[in-house]
Formats: sequence, C-alpha cells, structure tokens
Amino acid sequence: MSRTDDRTTTLPPTRLVALLAAAPIVFLAVCYVWPVVTLVGEVVSGSTIADTLERGGVWRVLWFTTWQAVVSTLATVVAGLAPAWLLVRWNFPGRRLLAAVVVVPFLLPTVVVGAAFTSLLPDALIGTATAVVIAHVYFNISVVVRLVGALWEQLPPDLTAAARTLGASPWQAARSVTLPLLRPAIASAAMVTFLFTFTSYGVVAILGGPANATLEVEIARRATGLGDIGGAAVLSLLQLGVLALGLALGSVVQRRASTRWAVSPATRQRPTTTVQRFGVGALATATAAVTLAPIVALAVSSLRTGRGWSLAGWRALWGGTSDARPGSGVAVDVWGALGASLRFAMLATAVSVLVGGLATLAIGAARRHGRLLDVGLMLPLATSAVTIGFGMLITFDTAPFDWRNEPWLVPLGHALVAVPFVVRAALPVLRARPTGWLDAAATLGASPTRAWWEIDVGLLRRPLAVGAAFAAAISLGEFGATTLLSRTGQETLPTAIARLLGRAGDIPRAEASALAVVLAVACTLLLLVASGGRDARRA
Amino acid sequence: MLDVRDVTVRYGDRLVLDRVSLSVRRGEVVALLGPSGSGKTTLLRVIAGLLRPDGGSVWIGGRDVTALAAHQRHVGLVFQDDQLFPHHDVAGNISFGLRIAKWPRDDQHARVRELLDLVGLPGFERRRVDELSGGEARRVALARSLAPQPAVLLLDEPLSGLDPELHDRLATDLAALLRATGTTALMVTHDRDEAALVADRAVQLGEL
Repeated sequence: MSRTDDRTTTLPPTRLVALLAAAPIVFLAVCYVWPVVTLVGEVVSGSTIADTLERGGVWRVLWFTTWQAVVSTLATVVAGLAPAWLLVRWNFPGRRLLAAVVVVPFLLPTVVVGAAFTSLLPDALIGTATAVVIAHVYFNISVVVRLVGALWEQLPPDLTAAARTLGASPWQAARSVTLPLLRPAIASAAMVTFLFTFTSYGVVAILGGPANATLEVEIARRATGLGDIGGAAVLSLLQLGVLALGLALGSVVQRRASTRWAVSPATRQRPTTTVQRFGVGALATATAAVTLAPIVALAVSSLRTGRGWSLAGWRALWGGTSDARPGSGVAVDVWGALGASLRFAMLATAVSVLVGGLATLAIGAARRHGRLLDVGLMLPLATSAVTIGFGMLITFDTAPFDWRNEPWLVPLGHALVAVPFVVRAALPVLRARPTGWLDAAATLGASPTRAWWEIDVGLLRRPLAVGAAFAAAISLGEFGATTLLSRTGQETLPTAIARLLGRAGDIPRAEASALAVVLAVACTLLLLVASGGRDARRA
Repeated sequence: MLDVRDVTVRYGDRLVLDRVSLSVRRGEVVALLGPSGSGKTTLLRVIAGLLRPDGGSVWIGGRDVTALAAHQRHVGLVFQDDQLFPHHDVAGNISFGLRIAKWPRDDQHARVRELLDLVGLPGFERRRVDELSGGEARRVALARSLAPQPAVLLLDEPLSGLDPELHDRLATDLAALLRATGTTALMVTHDRDEAALVADRAVQLGEL
C-alpha cells in the first residue's frame, strides 16, 4: 500500500518549507554565492588573466599542487588498505580502540598536524615536498579506512574462499576478487583524498617551505602578503575550475561503479596460527604507532628546549605573551588568541546549528527540491577554505558592506565550512523517520503542524547537539579562511600556532607545540562528545 | 458508535475497498477478518482519517466525520508496527496525546501510571522504547492509544509478530482490558481463533 499517496493526510505542512528554507538560502547567497560572483567579476573586469597566467610561477604552482595531490592520494590509498583489512577482517583485543584511534588524525586541525610533523620529522625534511606528502598520507589515511572498510565489511568473505577453492593463491584472490569489488569505494576514497590534498593549506604552509607552494598557499600569499588581488582571484578561479572538473569526473566514475551486495553480518576472524597472531599483532602495533607518533612527538617537543627537558614552552604559554625579541615581529598574544578562538567558535556553532537545523528541516520536508539546497550547502566544502575567506574579504570591503572589522565575519566563514557537517549529522535521522510516526501523532490528536513539530523537530535535538560539537571543533581548528579574514590583527589559536612555528629559537617552538597540544586536546574532546552522542543514538 | 457506509478506495485501477459498510455499537469489540491484501489496514486508515476514501462516509457517535482530519476524530489506532517515538521514553510516548490535549501535568502523570498498571508494565515510565521487548512495546503502544480516551480504538493486527505463548497471554489480557475500560474497538486480524478470543463478534471483510 502506498503511504505517500496524495490522499494521505498527514504530511509535513509544505507551506512551512519555504519559510524554513529562507534562512539557509539567504546565508548561502550572502556568504558564498555573492563572494564567488565577486571573484569572477574581479577576474573578468581586470586584464589580470593574461598577466597572471603568462608568468611562469603560476604553472609551476599548479604543477606542484597537482603532482603532490596525485602522489599523496596514491600513497594514501596504498597505505590505507592494510589497516582497513586489519580492522574489517580480524578480531583481536583492542580492535575497537584501534578503530577509534585511526580516525583521530583526520579530526585534528591542519595546523596541529603541521606542528606535529615539524616535531617528528628530521630538520632536513622540513620544507620539502616529501614532508608535505607524508603529512597528507597521515591526515587522510582514515578516509580510506572508513570508506573502503565500510564496503569491505559488506563483502562476503566466502567470495575470497570461493576463489581459493578454485586454486587462487591469497594474493591472486585479493587481486582478482577483492580489489575489483572494492573499486567503487577505493575510487571515492581517492576522490575525497585528492580533493583535500589539492586544496591543502595549513599542512603545506607549515611544512612545504617557500619553494613548495600549492594554489591555496599562493592565493593566500598574493592576497595578504603581496596585495595582488587580481592574481589571487585568477588563481582561485583556476582552482575552482580544476575542482569542478575533478568532482564531475569522480561522480561519473562513481555512478558507473556503484554496486550493492546483500548485507552479510561482519565475520571477523580471530587469529589462530602463530603466523596469523604475529602478523595481526605487528600490523596493529604498526598502525597504532604510526597514528600516535606525531602526536607523541608534539607533546614531547612542547616539553623540550635545546638543552633538554624543560617547561619553558608551557611557561611561555602560561605567561600569556611570548617575548617580543628584537626583530622577531610583534608578540603573540596567546590568551587573546584563545579568547578570540572561543568567541568565534561559539558564534560559528550557533550560526551553524541554526542554519544547518533549518536547512535539514527544509530538505526533509521539501522532498524533491530539497536536494538542491542540500547540494548548495555542500558547495563550500568543495571550494577551498582560503578561496572562501578570500572571496568574503574582497566582497565585504566596501561601504555599506564593509564588514572587515566586524567580529562576526570570521565566524560566518567558519559556519560556511561547518554547516554541511551539521546537515550530514542531522539529515539521516530525518530521512529514516517513517511516515507512520506522523500518522501515529495524528491519531493521538496532533495537527499536521503539531505532529511535524513534535516528531521531526523533536528528533533533531540530539543530532543537532552532535552537529554543534562538530561545528565547534571545526571552528577552533579552522586555519585557511581565518588567515584571510582576520587580517585586522585578531589572531586565533591556529594562526598563533603558525606564527610561533615561524619564529626562530627553541622556546617559541616549544610554545607552539604546547599550544598545538591544547588545541588538539580541545578538538579531540569535542569530537569524542560528538561521537558519544552518535553511539548513544544508535544503541 | 462507529458507522462505515459504502466506503470505496481505489489505488489507480485497483479497487481495494468496494462499498464497504459496517457498524460497531458502543462498548462493543468487533474483529475484522480477512486474508492479507483484502484491504483491512486500508479500511482502518480510512476510519482513522489517515486516508481519504473515494466514496462513502464514516460516522462516529452519530456525526459524519468523513471531512475531518485525523487529529480531529478522537480515533485511536494501534499500529501494526507500534510506531513508538524513539525520542521519548515510555511515559513520554503514553502522555503524547495528553500533552496535545493540554491535560494538566499532574493528571498526565496519574493517567500514565494508571495505564501502565492496566497493561501490566508498572514502573516502566522512564524506560527507553528501543530497549523494550516486542510484547512490552505492543503494550506501550496500546497504552498510548488508550490514554486520551478515544471514542473508537482501532487495532491493526495487535497480536501478530509475537511468539505463541506471549500471543495467547496478550490476547487474554487485551480482551480483559477492552472490557474493563468499556472501549469501543475494531480489531483487524487474519486469525479466527484470535477473533473469537478477543472480540464479541467477527465480520469478514469479503462479505461486507
């Protein structure tokens, strides 16, 4: 029997949809569409295209951006398959813990990862493309583990067994059965990784050194350092173009490759033979060690100065203002940065939850046109953070829209990045809501509007709390857009860390590490709260 | 109390209900029998106001309610799959209709306790609905529908999907409960024994 029949009387009131969608649409139009249009206008009106492209530097930057992204993506996929296999196919003590630990790098702010690898890698590697690629692999490995693992879990182990009974060696079975079947997940993991590494800013800015600039770094450099607005705009559009092309290609590949199997219960094998025990143990230990090494190195580096163990870094942090030595530029106001970060995070979280919540309700109730709003709100994710910040910067700089000094400009940029996460946390809950609940509410006396309020709005309470934790963590760690938007001098924790890392001397470095530890702990706690809320809902 | 007159429902070309009529007297429990796919659930949805019929009318307490929306009819419906709200606990589910009807808070508490006693789940107020067993969830769904004292209670296969022992016990309990509360009820089932156990009389959908 069709329950979405037109005669069915208990559907969410459709008049509400337009009302609900208004706020997210205005938000998207003002904070995203307008800046992008301004960017395009900037490029079209000036004679900067030819000027910018003619100079050899642009192509060198585009070339570096592309090849490091390709190499990082390939290396990430290869490196991610082993832990994915371990976590999907084997059952061992500490498996759940390891599964949680593996995700941590992806959740860390880029500046923290940059600082961690500055502490971990030998000085000779800092400032090289190798350092950038290593950090990218570390950062994105959990994308592969998550996406490929999810599909792998559904893959019946008997398929491999069948291949083995037909005479295939383990390696042949993997190559001829497992890998081809995993291809859709590998493709989407590769696409996501490429997207992230192509638009990487924080990691490259900190680890890449002057010679290795991605488009993001170059855009930021031109926009803030050189005042070359036209050139930065051309590069932004160039990057948007490449990303659009990549996403289009990726979605074609994915659509062609999408497959579904019957869900078979995950069967994890306990290692029984000595070889298995040794192999699983070694792989699990290696995975944990690789994941934790940079974090440990960061903590250690916060406790060391040139002469040995020392609390000087933490003391400098506690003192609030690190010594402004001659020639080292303006002092870094740590407490000021902390205060600003917290203020920005609160505002960004409030805006994200409000806009994301309304958008979710609108998308859920609109049924058909909701898809458009959903995709629209995802666009900022596919645009880079620096481009977003840059677009907002050159849009809101003339009266009556001169908002450069407004304390809410940075949080709006953060919210743009965080809203998709709020929607992703909340929408599945709404999508999974059977119409029967609205029917039940109606038979208990609730009008359609009241039923919608009690059921749909009521259901969103918990996922929106999860989304809020995500948004706060994203805002606390956001670096790209912040660099561009907080030009007026208000630093946040990530920009303060980056500036301290740029200083010479042991104490600023230890202080940067200490501050990065603080930021990492704050973000991890927030995301633990978020994932705890998730699990509680699922239970 | 409940009069269904010549109700017709079409899905496209398919005639699901063809001029169906039936009536239930005040305080009477009637079983509606019929094989699966015979439109039993569809008829319940028409009576509850969840589905507009193509023809015919529904009368409750001598009033034509065909044009009224579901929430204006005072018809309770125990759904086949319970449809308990997962974001409320047991008490929150049972008091849902009472909150809508703006009962005073103390009366809501008292009513919830009374109903939990009635369905044999005393002390279950703060339990999460997704932690209930199948039989417990069914009892909570029943309590929720009974709470606002509906003019007519509709039950869609209230005893299906339970194991045999639980089925027989719940059938006896349900029969006693409907008598004790004097509820006017129409119960859909495909099981003649069940109908005989719970209902005062049974009607066959094909013969209406």
